[in-house]
Amino acid sequence: MKKNLKYNAIWLAIAILGYVLIYALEMVGVIDQFGETTLVLIGINIILATSLNLVIGFAGQFSLGHAGFMALGAYSSALVTSVIPTVGGFLIGLLVGILVAGLVALIVGIPTLRLNGDYLAIATMGAAEIIRIILNNLKVTNGPAGLYNIPMLANWGTVYILVVITTLIIVNFVHSRNGRAVMSVREDEIAAESIGINTTKYKIIAFVLGAAIASIGGALHANYIQTINPSDFGIMESINILIIVVLGGIGSITGTFVAAFVLGLLDMVLQNFGTLRMVLYSLALILIMVFKPSGLLGTWEFSVRRLFNHKKAKGDA
Amino acid sequence: MTLLDVKALTKNFGGLTAVSNVTMHLDNNELVALIGPNGAGKTTLFNLLTGVIIPSEGTVSLQTEHGLQVLNKQKPYKIAAAGMARTFQNIRLFKDLTVEENVLIAMTDKNKEGFVESIFRLPSFYRKEAALHQQVVELLSIFKMENQLETLARNLPYGAQRRLEIVRALATKPQILFLDEPAAGMNPEETADLTRLIQQIQSEFHITVLLIEHDMSLVMNLAERIYVLEYGKLIAEGTPKEIQSNQRVINAYLGGGD
Repeated sequence: MKKNLKYNAIWLAIAILGYVLIYALEMVGVIDQFGETTLVLIGINIILATSLNLVIGFAGQFSLGHAGFMALGAYSSALVTSVIPTVGGFLIGLLVGILVAGLVALIVGIPTLRLNGDYLAIATMGAAEIIRIILNNLKVTNGPAGLYNIPMLANWGTVYILVVITTLIIVNFVHSRNGRAVMSVREDEIAAESIGINTTKYKIIAFVLGAAIASIGGALHANYIQTINPSDFGIMESINILIIVVLGGIGSITGTFVAAFVLGLLDMVLQNFGTLRMVLYSLALILIMVFKPSGLLGTWEFSVRRLFNHKKAKGDA
Repeated sequence: MTLLDVKALTKNFGGLTAVSNVTMHLDNNELVALIGPNGAGKTTLFNLLTGVIIPSEGTVSLQTEHGLQVLNKQKPYKIAAAGMARTFQNIRLFKDLTVEENVLIAMTDKNKEGFVESIFRLPSFYRKEAALHQQVVELLSIFKMENQLETLARNLPYGAQRRLEIVRALATKPQILFLDEPAAGMNPEETADLTRLIQQIQSEFHITVLLIEHDMSLVMNLAERIYVLEYGKLIAEGTPKEIQSNQRVINAYLGGGD
């Protein structure tokens, strides 16, 4: 019990240290406005990609519709905060987004999660398109023009805190009874059923949780960028999120963090190359996939517990 | 007392009748073997009993706390929860998970920790996890696998994988354990170990075991009763002695007769 407390305290210390580090770098001037925007976008991508990793990497369900749930979060938060432009409004917006995205994921998930592999990917892609087209045609979402002048209620601090919270939720979920059941579905559905696991239920739990967390990413996007329109949440956005997951290593949360950083920084550096930017970006992706087909980190996971046990073992020797 | 009652069970795959009009029963704390030539429908019968495939006709009913319960058309996970656990002919472990996790997952419904509890890591979460861990270690130590908690299931030797699959099935605390060719691919020494293991399971867990097996030495040593299946039909039932001298069984295996 005491050991657990120690590990948790170390994680907390790491989280606080990261915050202080970014704050200090900003004060000193190493991180300028452009750098801050890059960091925020990386943070939002981490939230989106870790939640997709929960669905793809841990539950083994290949979903290509993550941008749809992001859109639901973005529009919910944008609409709520334009009425109540306060921090409280932002929190209400977040909550509305989570509920809407979770509910839609439930409705989409129950019929589609019966499908496997490619079929599921196409079905979820279709669901995301439906969401986008509805947003494109509703009056309240201002159609294709989208929403603008959304109050800027998110800064890098908000993003940082939410990255920490959502990662904590996902990691703690994965390392629990429910999370293990979810992983058993990925490993072998027939075996899981044979020991009493309701595979459909756990697939839906993972899908709904993933969607709810993606909506948080969407809300941050809306309240930081301040302008959203339906075309921001098309299939390309779903694929961008998927690229981060695959590049980092399917089933590795640490990998998702690394990949989000690598791609975010790569994107920033390549800004100077103008039209060549997308070519170089794609080339980098191809090279990584050729030389590290299982992703940058495979299924490797950073663990404070392991680090300590390793040190202890070394100390004994 | 009859624990599992199977009445006139039939499965048609298109024009092929894989299992035809099988009536059988399993009693409490009994070790029964199901034998038959390749393609006789043994595994299909297992799949029917455990709900992996749905019977065309007939009923399967299990004696539970709530009286006799008909299991037909129930989802496999419900049948498992009712007290029927199984292993598979071609081992189906959770290969990329550790030995401990494999067993823990089978205990999913035995020690419920809630969503909120696990997300916020409340003290009750650690308490329940510790209790579960304890149970897993105890169970694995019966099978001398307690030193391999952190090993990935895919890295275990073949015999150990088979054993782990049995442990995982036992972790669901079943009333009946179905073993589908547990000795397949084992050398004589491993088979002898397995024979002892199955006897041990029966005496320690007081459960009924139904066993599909081709290894006759194992079957004749272990089984109290034997059912013989050929072309989907039951052709004989009896003690090992009776089966060994049954002309229809000999014909089924060696041909000739009629």
